[in-house]
Amino acid sequence: MSTFTPISALLGGALIGASATAVWALHGRIAGVSGIMDRALGAPAREPWRVAFLVGLVAVGLLVAVLSPGSVGHAAVSSSAVVLAGVLVGFGTRLGNGCTSGHGVCGLARLSVRSLVATTTFIAAGVVSTYVTLHGIGAVR
Amino acid sequence: MKAVLAGFLSGALFAAGLVISGMTQPGKVTGFLDVTGAWDPSLALVMVGAIGVHFIGRWLLARRSAPALAAAFENPIPTRVDAPLVVGSAVFGIGWGIAGFCPGPAIVAAGAGVDGLLFVFGMGGGIALHHFARSLFASRGAADVSVRPLAVDASPTTDG
Repeated sequence: MSTFTPISALLGGALIGASATAVWALHGRIAGVSGIMDRALGAPAREPWRVAFLVGLVAVGLLVAVLSPGSVGHAAVSSSAVVLAGVLVGFGTRLGNGCTSGHGVCGLARLSVRSLVATTTFIAAGVVSTYVTLHGIGAVR
Repeated sequence: MKAVLAGFLSGALFAAGLVISGMTQPGKVTGFLDVTGAWDPSLALVMVGAIGVHFIGRWLLARRSAPALAAAFENPIPTRVDAPLVVGSAVFGIGWGIAGFCPGPAIVAAGAGVDGLLFVFGMGGGIALHHFARSLFASRGAADVSVRPLAVDASPTTDG
């Protein structure tokens, strides 16, 4: 299974924090990926930096697929479960107004109580749903 | 043009952080969420690194009156803890635990394989569903004076 990798975790995290800081310093916006995707889909022409941000994410994915395919893993569940999970994440992040980046990184860094509540909630829900997926439904299969 | 280039580079930097930290591997994410299994605390350190750097960054930028490439910083940022925040975050967490993808890593993974693409496709559907639900509430509010249509528009849109 997955092993604890403290150095790469801290280093990667620092780069994510640096990116969020660049987005704030340059565009004056919160680097929340779910919000960026929502607004980029809704009005791509209005603030093209959001579309460019998403293209940057995908471009690194393409690069990694060529150079180090093992760095991007696959989900442990069926394709239909992956799509369903995507629907839940898309709907939930919009209703809750943020995801791991918007609430978990940017919100906590600016000491937002809303983001603390959101982050605690989605981690708790994630713990339960992972348990059910891996040890409940997954164990039966 | 500058804003587009800056957006692209910020996105690439964000993605590099996700790949290096292992967050683009769903097994690494569920390894953190699976507290009853062989627990992998890496995700917590990713957050510590990201929050730490961003906290310092925001502190250094606190005196700036405007961002470099836009007219103003995004304000006001909502502060009220309400039901949509909690319910939405819970629904998000359920989906996160099923597949081990959250939006950022999923979009990176969409460039690298089928699972990421399927997930992002589903996410688009979920976002569209939310817009649809909102518009339903908005039109109902407009028809029924007892439901204030403003309640929908007043819902926060700027903290994530």
